[in-house]
Amino acid sequence: MDFNGIITQTLTQAIGVSAVIYCLAAVGLNVHFGYTGLLNFGQAGFLAVAAYGLAVSVSRMGLSLWVGVLVGILAAILLALLLGVPTLRLRADYLAIVTIAAAEIIRLIVRSVTFREYFGGSDGITRFADEFYALNPFSSPLDLGVIKFSQNDLWVVTVGWTLIALTSLMIWSLMRSPWGRVLKGIREDEDAVRSLGKNVYSYKMQALVLGGVIGALGGFMAAIAFQSVQPDTYSTEFTFFVYTMLILGGAARIFGPILGAAIFWALLVFVGEFLNEAVNKGVITFLSNTQVGQIRFMLVGLGLMSLMIFRPQGILGDRKELALDAR
Amino acid sequence: MHRRAAGLLVALLGAVALLWGVAAAPASATTAGPVIFGTIVTPDDEPVTGVVVNVAGPDGFTGSATSDAEGAWEVQVPSSGTYTIALDESTLPEGLGLAAGSERTVNAFGGKVRVQFPTGDSVLKQSSKFDQVVQLTVDGLLLGLILALGAVGLSLIYGTTGLTNFAHGELLTLGALSTYFYATVLSFPLVLAAVAALITCGALGAVQDRILWKPLRRRGTGLIAMLVVSIGLGIFLRYLFLFLFQGSTQQFPEFSGQAGLEVGPVSITPKAIIGALLAVAAILGTIYWLLRTRMGKASRAVSDNPALASASGIDVERVINVVWVLGATLAALAGILVGLTSGVSWNMGQQILLLIFAAVTLGGLGTAFGALFGALIVGLLIQLSTLVIPPELKSVGALVILIVILLVRPQGLLGRRERIG
Repeated sequence: MDFNGIITQTLTQAIGVSAVIYCLAAVGLNVHFGYTGLLNFGQAGFLAVAAYGLAVSVSRMGLSLWVGVLVGILAAILLALLLGVPTLRLRADYLAIVTIAAAEIIRLIVRSVTFREYFGGSDGITRFADEFYALNPFSSPLDLGVIKFSQNDLWVVTVGWTLIALTSLMIWSLMRSPWGRVLKGIREDEDAVRSLGKNVYSYKMQALVLGGVIGALGGFMAAIAFQSVQPDTYSTEFTFFVYTMLILGGAARIFGPILGAAIFWALLVFVGEFLNEAVNKGVITFLSNTQVGQIRFMLVGLGLMSLMIFRPQGILGDRKELALDAR
Repeated sequence: MHRRAAGLLVALLGAVALLWGVAAAPASATTAGPVIFGTIVTPDDEPVTGVVVNVAGPDGFTGSATSDAEGAWEVQVPSSGTYTIALDESTLPEGLGLAAGSERTVNAFGGKVRVQFPTGDSVLKQSSKFDQVVQLTVDGLLLGLILALGAVGLSLIYGTTGLTNFAHGELLTLGALSTYFYATVLSFPLVLAAVAALITCGALGAVQDRILWKPLRRRGTGLIAMLVVSIGLGIFLRYLFLFLFQGSTQQFPEFSGQAGLEVGPVSITPKAIIGALLAVAAILGTIYWLLRTRMGKASRAVSDNPALASASGIDVERVINVVWVLGATLAALAGILVGLTSGVSWNMGQQILLLIFAAVTLGGLGTAFGALFGALIVGLLIQLSTLVIPPELKSVGALVILIVILLVRPQGLLGRRERIG
């Protein structure tokens, strides 16, 4: 068996393009779920409106990529406001149902034949990010032996990790400020914060917008990295995986989503590559390659359950700080 | 306590895997080259048999297939490449035409490639607006009844335990899959298979409560944490079903293609009528149980105030266990009815779960009657909305209404203000 290849793939993917995308989504979700206690199950929707905002602006309206980014961010802010107005006054599980429904509405609309002209139906839209790659300063692929990136991936990953660093730094300083303390207060006991004269509704809305915009950055990276947007990328399953990463790393911790995304991808890729290699080399004979993919996701489900049951604070979290049942 | 909760995973896995062990064995036959396939159905979802489909590809490859009793056709091609698929229109039955051309070009690169040939009436059938409304109302009520079976169970479980169960859709899937298992692998007649499946699912509902949710309640796990656990369980079960059942949609061996009966302006299949009657009977039975029996009254007392119910001598855990059996059985029946009309697949429950949530929220979380009421409204809305919006977006309409309802009446139509906190 080719252990070298397996390890190279695992390490590359742990900091690779997919990890970057999921990590940004998780950093945004951390503002919602970790710091404010908002049960947003529509994070995929924020990535979707951003990615489609970018793709439609560039390929359908002929605008510049950077105008597209602006359109995407505005779309994410608008979505946050739309979701927040009806639900932020209600109990947490209502927000969960509404956000999950909203994300599905977005996915069904962009994949419909009716709006194919704008969103490209189930095939989506491709080739709109040439402007981004024109700025690529790297002229050769990276090969460190255990980590390998193509020229373009290297550029995407560099920009992605820079964004993660900047947003994390911003959240770190925000959460040390009085504003951040109010958010954490809302998570622990909403009524107590309200009795101190704070406008809980407005704070929750600000948190929803902030986390949504950070998620939107993940949407841009997803659209740009693959030069394509496809509706089924942004399914509810996407959001569930982001939750798994966040809880794995530790919610309400700056490094929680980062560590969570890296470990999640490393494990997912390692299990997949290892089993596939074993199947291909005839070491395992009772499985097919398709079934390996299914086993990986069964393990994700089991992992999410066991984490939530046995270690809800994840790797970095503090159980005492995080009263997950604040409502 | 930890060991008990961990034991669940093993036991649940074991129970389902054991059930499916036999079925899984013949499923994985590896073949060379991609498979191009499709299903030809009439606009009313009735399969069309005997339609010839020709496939031409690189290196002079040609192949053809004829649609079988379920309207399905399949061509195995030798290698990856671009293939042209042409449907021979002369083999279509009288009066049936194609809605979007008879030729497709696909790039097949391994795996299975689905090619669709949507059909339409070749001679435009003129039905009046009134007839359409009547037909859609009937369709909507049928859908509403199926949703109600899922929604009442979900609502009862939510009411007694506070759990927002995101793995409820998998109970529907389990119902349909176990019926399929009994009917194909063990060759039971379909009715017997369905009964066996209901019993299996009811029992597994009790098992699920005992080994997963009860220990979690005992150690005081928060409701949000349990919600996330149910999401994990849902993901696990879905991929387990995919692992055991594979990705394709299957029909039950009996009653799969039935001609519709014309009753006035309405076309309805006999199986849909029987399904609707069964659903009504199950719902009436549940209502009787809730209003008249000791256990049902106890379950309402538990929903109202578990501490007070417990203090008045009600065995709360036993009530919850019975509610789980009932909820799982109702969900399984819903799954079987969905399977009868649109086939069995590994993620059928997940696809319908959001509509069930919409129904439950519309009626008011935790109220069984509200759930019934909400489900009928959601069913009607979905079908009637196709009068004004494209059918592919009908679920979008229902979900938008869910959000609007929360905006104006967050406690739902029949819910009580205090529940929303």
